[in-house]
Amino acid sequence: MEKLIFETGSEGRNGCSLPKLDVPDAAESSFIPGNLLRRKEALLPEVSELDCIRHFTRLSRLNYSVDTNFYPLGSCTMKYNPRINEKIASLPQFSALHPYQPESSVQGMLKLLYDTEQMLCRICGMDAFTLQPAAGAHGELTGMLIARAYHVSKGDPRKKVLIPDSAHGTNPASAALCGYEVVTVKSGPDGRIDIGALKDAAGQDVAVMMLTNPNTLGLFEKDIKKIADIIHGSGALLYLDGANMNALAGVSRPGDMGFDICHVNLHKTFSTPHGGGGPGSGPVGVKAALADYLPAPRIKIKRNKFTLDSDCKKSIGKVKAFYGNIGVVIKAYCYIRSLGGEGLRDAAFEAVLNANYLKAKLRGNYTPAFDGEPCMHEFVLTGKDKKPMGVRTLDIAKRLLDYGYYAPTIYFPLIVEEAIMIEPTETESKQTLDAFADVMIKITGEAASDPSLVTSAPHTTPVRRLDEVAAARELNLRWKKTGA
Amino acid sequence: MKYSPHTSKDKEQMLEAIGAASEEELFSAIPSDLRLGKVDLPDGISEMELKRSVMEMAGDNYSTNKLISFLGGGAYEHYIPQAVESIISRGEFLTAYTPYQAEASQGTLQSIYEYQSLICELTGMDVANASMYDGASSLAEAALLAVRDTGRKQVVYPASLHPEYKQVLKTYMEGIKVEFIEIPHAAGIYDTEVLERQISDGTACVIAQNPNFFGCIEDCSAIGQICHSKGAIFIACVNPLSLGLLSSPGEYGADIAVGEGQPLGIPLSYGGPYLGFFAVKEKYMRKIPGRVVGMTRDSEGKPGFVLTLQAREQHIRREKATSNICSNEGLMALAATVYLSLIGKKGLKEIARQNLLKSHYLAVQISKLGGFEPVFNTPFFNEFVVKCGRDPEKIISDLLKHGIIGGLPLGRFYPDMRNCMSICVTETKSRADLDKFVEVLGKH
Repeated sequence: MEKLIFETGSEGRNGCSLPKLDVPDAAESSFIPGNLLRRKEALLPEVSELDCIRHFTRLSRLNYSVDTNFYPLGSCTMKYNPRINEKIASLPQFSALHPYQPESSVQGMLKLLYDTEQMLCRICGMDAFTLQPAAGAHGELTGMLIARAYHVSKGDPRKKVLIPDSAHGTNPASAALCGYEVVTVKSGPDGRIDIGALKDAAGQDVAVMMLTNPNTLGLFEKDIKKIADIIHGSGALLYLDGANMNALAGVSRPGDMGFDICHVNLHKTFSTPHGGGGPGSGPVGVKAALADYLPAPRIKIKRNKFTLDSDCKKSIGKVKAFYGNIGVVIKAYCYIRSLGGEGLRDAAFEAVLNANYLKAKLRGNYTPAFDGEPCMHEFVLTGKDKKPMGVRTLDIAKRLLDYGYYAPTIYFPLIVEEAIMIEPTETESKQTLDAFADVMIKITGEAASDPSLVTSAPHTTPVRRLDEVAAARELNLRWKKTGA
Repeated sequence: MKYSPHTSKDKEQMLEAIGAASEEELFSAIPSDLRLGKVDLPDGISEMELKRSVMEMAGDNYSTNKLISFLGGGAYEHYIPQAVESIISRGEFLTAYTPYQAEASQGTLQSIYEYQSLICELTGMDVANASMYDGASSLAEAALLAVRDTGRKQVVYPASLHPEYKQVLKTYMEGIKVEFIEIPHAAGIYDTEVLERQISDGTACVIAQNPNFFGCIEDCSAIGQICHSKGAIFIACVNPLSLGLLSSPGEYGADIAVGEGQPLGIPLSYGGPYLGFFAVKEKYMRKIPGRVVGMTRDSEGKPGFVLTLQAREQHIRREKATSNICSNEGLMALAATVYLSLIGKKGLKEIARQNLLKSHYLAVQISKLGGFEPVFNTPFFNEFVVKCGRDPEKIISDLLKHGIIGGLPLGRFYPDMRNCMSICVTETKSRADLDKFVEVLGKH
């Protein structure tokens, strides 16, 4: 293990310098009463700039990343993150703008944001977008609040939200955060919404149905228009979790399918990097009838000038200070402009092509959870047939790390036993997929001939398999000075 | 520009292996009337064209790099050492996902553990999570924790809380019926007499912001005592850089410390991405939202790091989770970690001191001008409110012609403060900048 930054360096050392104080000096106590001043010093590291650079550079090398490894993490769309987009977002003309600057000094910024909203409207078939939500789950919360405000305005606050059993965990968590009761709708034998079960669940007390399409099994909900009719017939709204938009951008639009509200993940479909856990960005689009409920402020054009309009009486309010994760939005804007309409469609085509190709290569050695038709941008295998050999999905995932691949998403969706969810994305080449498939197949051989090699993996990573149970039992969540 | 590598030969071979005649066939599950003929977007462009086009838009912005800005109000211009950007732009950090596979993510995990430790050190709290979206949403989640934990339904906050934080607080709590009580300010800080009268056994939490939206320093210890006398949870929303000088939430007995981490090495970026930090006393550890990293051992006994306490989270608990948060602000937490490591113990205090001394220098100079007077005679850190002889919105637009962004007019948030603006000074301003501001202001 790399030493903790706190254990590096030496007392009195420091890694930055300030200009010499050029205003009159004084003791802080001459401005602030002693009882409001800090008594116990914060024990921050004391390192030189080189100590610091070396520490974090070394840490970085312990990571797998899209830049260094194939990252087939299902539902996460780990595609290449174009470097020009990073450069543009970091230009001081964008990155040094204060959110409260006069509007006249940020017209270019506002234009970029306005154009991004418009482009997202066109891609999704929606009438209005907000860029404020900071991530997908934040978009879901925004969407649920919009639905609530809509129903309340009609004097009909409804209580329930329908969510398929294959949904991301954020869906039920977002609905519950908004005060809704979650009703789980079971999937049918083909992995899709069971129309009969949906009809039984739909009713006057349902506010929204949240749906992921293609769903988390990588299957397009063929009956989407029938689903929309049932939901709308009961007076409820249909919400799209847009996590899987990479299969659809440029190909088909949620608005045309009957979705009233959707979020998109700029850090998935639109190529912005995931940063080891964020920042993301989860813009929310709505049909015209819901536009007044979007978070404030809205970007408008008045007298040929872009302006931030906070006079939004029906708005749900704000879900975040200021206007959104703008630095992320800039990168997505660049991506959409670079690809254009046709490029987006080609990317979706190639994402689906890659997923189907990989599924075809693995079919002889792994069992797809659902087969017999093409998948969309991702597919799910089940590892249950490896269990008799004493090898579980977790073991296969860990063994992949030894071969230099990040692991697919595992044990999700919950409705597939020993699930292995693979999303290659369009930016991976045939060679990469071939090499990955070879390793996956090799691991099935190892599982049969030498299962302990697989169950004791990983062997070559910076640490061996880590004890999560011990971590939760004997919590060590921070450094403390010895003896403190 | 396209980023996918496939040649037409690759595609042919792949389709053949799949057993499909065309790419179209792979989309057969999508009903034909839902298939788009053409997307209503312009054609793609090359990297060179993109750069040219965006530079044109960028030219219509006047950034704080070119202008001398005195804006604060929840987003602060501080100097960011180059090493911060150099580290966070490394692909190994930038292009990794949330560290689900711990053995292949030790770099991210250890840096989050160090981040959690730094936030605990700064705030004086016991446990911190791996980050939230921003200060405002972090505060909202703290109030949600308090309501859940106490079973009480009343949330108390001060008039001097950042107005956008108030909005976010209310939006987040729309789904659970909560009563909000706003305590007025007396001379810019909490009116503790009113607080004592208003607080009750039904109060879930009392929120204090320090320094508050007016820049004034609260007596958090007194607020905390009143809060605890009714068994409510005390939430402190603090500016992390101010903690180089000001008493920490741990010292004045806060139960939860949250805040906006942007001052810690994160660019202004027109309001985001920023960093919400969230720290608690140990007894609330199992109730916090978001990711948490813990240290453990591997199968050979070597130390390493994993995501832990996951039984609280949405991917396990679904509708019963402590929050819906999944993606957070990981890379921004890394920026704060590198920043705090670079400035260190000494730098933190020195930066905080420069903020204090420079803002007080400016406040004195401005108060010497006719037509401007300080509104509150209360200790402040790096931000203060002045009353102007005329509409501050007009002053701001006049100053802009001189390359100065003069401050934040408060009338848009507080109708009774139409003639007031708040002015923020950080270490980025030289005495010459401050003197120029005073000179130009004097002419308006």
